[in-house]
Amino acid sequence: MKTLNELQEIRDANKAAIEERNEGAAVTAGQPRLHVLVCGGTGCTSGNSTSIYDKIKAGLAAANVTDVNVIMTGCFGLCSKGPIVVVYPDGSFYTHVKPEDADEIVSSHLIGGTPVERLLHAEKDASGQMKSINDTDFYRSQNRVVLRNCGVIDPENIDEYLAKDGYKAYEKAVGSMTQQQVIDEIKRSGLRGRGGAGFPTGNKWQFTHDAQGDMKYVVCNADEGDPGAFMDRSLLEGDPHAVIEAMMIAGYAVGAEHGVIYVRAEYPIAVHRLEVAIGQAREYGILGDNCLGLGHKFDLELRLGAGAFVCGEETALLNSSEGKRGEPRQRPPFPAVKGLFGKPTLINNVETYGNITQIILNGADWFASIGTEKSKGTKVFALGGKLENVGLVEIPMGTTLRTIVEDIGGGCPNGKKFKAAQTGGPSGGCIPASLIDTPIDYDSLMAIGSMMGSGGLIVMDENNCMVDIAKFFLEFTVDESCGKCTPCRIGNKRLLEMLDKVTKGEATLEDLDKMEELCYYIKENSLCGLGQTAPNPVLSTLRYFRDEYEAHCNGKCPAGVCKALVSYKVDPDKCIGCTICARNCPVNAISGTVKQPHVIDSKKCIKCGVCASKCPKGAISK
Amino acid sequence: MKNINLTVNGVAVTVPEGTRILDAAIKAGFKVPTLCYMKDLCNESSCRVCVVEIKGNRKLMTACSTVVSEGMEVLTNTPKVRAARKITLELMLSNHHKECLSCVRSGKCELQNLATEYGCDAKKYDGEMNSYDVDDATPYLVRDNNKCILCRRCVAACNKVQSVGVIDAGNRGFATRIASPFDKSLGEVPCVACGQCINVCPTGALREKDSVKEVEKLLADKTKTVIVGTAPSVRAALGEEFGYPIGTDTEGKMVAALKTIGFDKVFDVDMAADMTIMEEGTEFISRLNDPNATLPMITSCSAGWIRFIEFNFPELLPNLSTCKSPQQMFGAIMKTYYAKKTGVDPKDLAVVTIMPCIAKKFELSRDDESAAGVPDIDASLTTRELARMIKNYGIDFKSLDPKTAFDDPIGKGSTAGLIFGATGGVMEAALRTVAEVVTGDKLDNIDFKSVRGTKGIKEATISLNGKKINIAVASGLANARKIMEDVKAGKSKYHFIEIMACPGGCVNGGGQPIVDSATRNLVDVAKTRAAVLYKKDKKDSLRKSHDNPVVKVLYDEYFEKPGSHVAHETLHTSYVARKKY
Repeated sequence: MKTLNELQEIRDANKAAIEERNEGAAVTAGQPRLHVLVCGGTGCTSGNSTSIYDKIKAGLAAANVTDVNVIMTGCFGLCSKGPIVVVYPDGSFYTHVKPEDADEIVSSHLIGGTPVERLLHAEKDASGQMKSINDTDFYRSQNRVVLRNCGVIDPENIDEYLAKDGYKAYEKAVGSMTQQQVIDEIKRSGLRGRGGAGFPTGNKWQFTHDAQGDMKYVVCNADEGDPGAFMDRSLLEGDPHAVIEAMMIAGYAVGAEHGVIYVRAEYPIAVHRLEVAIGQAREYGILGDNCLGLGHKFDLELRLGAGAFVCGEETALLNSSEGKRGEPRQRPPFPAVKGLFGKPTLINNVETYGNITQIILNGADWFASIGTEKSKGTKVFALGGKLENVGLVEIPMGTTLRTIVEDIGGGCPNGKKFKAAQTGGPSGGCIPASLIDTPIDYDSLMAIGSMMGSGGLIVMDENNCMVDIAKFFLEFTVDESCGKCTPCRIGNKRLLEMLDKVTKGEATLEDLDKMEELCYYIKENSLCGLGQTAPNPVLSTLRYFRDEYEAHCNGKCPAGVCKALVSYKVDPDKCIGCTICARNCPVNAISGTVKQPHVIDSKKCIKCGVCASKCPKGAISK
Repeated sequence: MKNINLTVNGVAVTVPEGTRILDAAIKAGFKVPTLCYMKDLCNESSCRVCVVEIKGNRKLMTACSTVVSEGMEVLTNTPKVRAARKITLELMLSNHHKECLSCVRSGKCELQNLATEYGCDAKKYDGEMNSYDVDDATPYLVRDNNKCILCRRCVAACNKVQSVGVIDAGNRGFATRIASPFDKSLGEVPCVACGQCINVCPTGALREKDSVKEVEKLLADKTKTVIVGTAPSVRAALGEEFGYPIGTDTEGKMVAALKTIGFDKVFDVDMAADMTIMEEGTEFISRLNDPNATLPMITSCSAGWIRFIEFNFPELLPNLSTCKSPQQMFGAIMKTYYAKKTGVDPKDLAVVTIMPCIAKKFELSRDDESAAGVPDIDASLTTRELARMIKNYGIDFKSLDPKTAFDDPIGKGSTAGLIFGATGGVMEAALRTVAEVVTGDKLDNIDFKSVRGTKGIKEATISLNGKKINIAVASGLANARKIMEDVKAGKSKYHFIEIMACPGGCVNGGGQPIVDSATRNLVDVAKTRAAVLYKKDKKDSLRKSHDNPVVKVLYDEYFEKPGSHVAHETLHTSYVARKKY
């Protein structure tokens, strides 16, 4: 149990070390000369970053170097370039680091003072110098509020979180604000739920506060399930205490003593760091019967989800947390009135909680100054698909899609043309290239038939077939449907079968109308958000790419993706009879004699495309 | 309680706060179709067929679960609503094995009826269909998931009402199906055979295992004398299958139909119920007088209840009365006393019963249920199977003589035996006899009204020779479980407990005519059927089991006295502890 003064002492003692993790920061006497930050997010860990961390530490120890601090941090965001290592104060930004590079970094850079140029992120400024991390296109336009500590502090060390003003927001809220003042501050900030629907967070807090109940719960929805979205995981991995502190503030505001974090078991690193963080917070008396000695009781427990997408729906999450089958409940009653075990329950998403401490510390006005009129603050996006820079970015609300795709994302690789972006994952819709200047905020996305969702953003280029994309997302929701209500269980299945017909060229134009009717029916009649939003990818592609659907009805897949509508042909004028195609064909569909033009038997061909990719003369095309 | 004013299709209606749209619509005179909803049972909002429009609301809302609010304007039959319901039904049909021409539920299938009402195109959403093996592993029940629409009414009946919990939704998405733990068949799980799941199923996905063929085989066998006995509650419900309103007594027509079908003798199981009272009453008195005897004593008439206690409270088996159920006593009396009296070899005597129950199909195969060395009972039909037989035999039920009487000499039962068909009936019948036997005095008032009614748990205290006797009556196994938990914990104050597996007793048994959810919104089925029995009881002159002349003859000529050695050999049985999994 630490007193408020003792906590402040910890903050003061660690402050300098944290501040040095900035480009060009002055080194205080007695502090480490260099800070080596090794990314410990899931992506880089999969790339063996723990081994890089171990080797750098071992290398330094072997050389008896004691003035270099090596830290395993949370995610840096630029996952496609991982594993990432950053060295401060010089700001050297190493990408694609391998364990065998560790010794060179130690000897050349950490001891010798010369950065290893071949490992530096290959982005040069106008004068030809390698850019430091904060100058890169990927980071330049970002504004890190939620991810402020990710890639900066050691998430398994509560002292480092404290040094970043950790638990001061809670101290301020409980120590100097009434419950209503806290709620009003959140309301005034304009913060909206980051889990998908964008419901005003302050209102949710108010409803839960006002609900009658002998016991209330605060729940964190960490059941991130959108394909390609991983901002919640990154925040939990990189800054678990920020979520814990926010839940404590929420607990104080709504009158709850018990918190539950529902996190998927497939996030073992996040689960581990949460467990470590909760343990440390309890040890310091931050969580417990008398949090920080301020008279408020609050503690947390983890509930591990088995990874069903539908459990991200709040009522299904509640059922699952209670040990029941993860199926949604009819609303109303809303969780604020009747939630976990029938008690009033506040449920917010991880990223929503990620904003809370900053709003309390910096004030609602500061927060409301970021973003647009109706969408305040920043939003974390998981960029994926056909982009140079794939990873996690945090940008102010209202940033245009063009900035995200072209500046931050670096555009489509290989000079391909940007075709569309899917936001909101399987619940969202696609934004066509013609709308690339749309500002990304809740209402603008709704207006064009998409949604913010949890922040997945997948980019398609000219090689993507939009019918195929819609089918991909619908396959996901059909697979993840809980099966409780008829429209979702059978309706989405039938919709998928219709889409399948389209991709095979077997659909008619009337079928498209029937599909559209079914889409609207499913949206209006499904029990929960999963079903209600499942047809969005189909509807938005029908809206913006109807010509592609119609082309499929006429037997053509313009992007050449749908196998049933594609046939490979050998151009006899270009073919030199080298036999490479025939030798590589997995089904022996290509025949021909040496130095004679070859022929593909379309009946045997499985359209795998191997022949076209192997042909040295580019003689095979779709 | 506060009242709420709203309009349904423009009709103003005032209902108590907390009322759901469905009930407000009924009050305003409008029918809203339902499939997954069933009053007091299931409210999952999963089928989406009851959607309605609420003015100012973007989404369609489910009438079954949405609570009314002041000034609400509900529209239950707009083009949008009707179109949505139609698609919902068509989607269900697209994954439903449409064997309607031969389906046992045809004509009473809620899906079929709604599909017709909404003019559905059964082929509009043709696509992949699930295909499941039919589970017919038990001797009493058949589950055909190919016809299941996943309304989960059976799940609610099994889990909430009965606390048996052997079925729930398994798998997910399009592959969701009702399944048992570890995907076992119903024959391998602690299913108690109550059949409540069948009664609430809107389609033909659940039905009794059909025993009509066995019965027809017995009837066709010239070497057999075939006797049929009817349970008390069958006469109170059978008429529903022929268009009579719920709560119509069709005893005479039932007897006439059975005679027309060709049974050699038509007897009343009420007589065996009287014998049960004599034996059980005597057992209770002797337990009461023996300081070392196990109390409370619990009735043993309900075959589903016996399976339940054997699975769930095997340590309480000594509390069960050792009396056979009326069905088994009936068979035992036929194959011993009656066979001897008529000079027929028990092997050539076939005894068939008509029961409101599917558990009886299991009960007849139990060990220690063959008093004459052959099974006491050869086959048991449910009320529904009898109705199908009557239709199949071309019998015009409505024109049958309503005054047709059971056969002599042992057809006669008292109305104490008759009220066995309702929850509390066994207890009341027992009290009528026990009180007079213990005190030796005639009772002035034999109406024990505190044990009547469909309340799940009823209790009363009566005085016998100055001794206070605490009694309890429970129907529905979730209620039984509550009482048993107390008995197990040694906290029970009762001396005598009646338990019926089915809520409301046998009148609402798992073999009774199907009543759809729309009708259940308006009628308390168990109560209305039970009223038939109590009305007869009120009017009759023979209202106590021990006054039944047939009972006297049976003891004088064969069983000596209640609890005698021969009575024990013939009319009592034993139980087994069963492992759940």
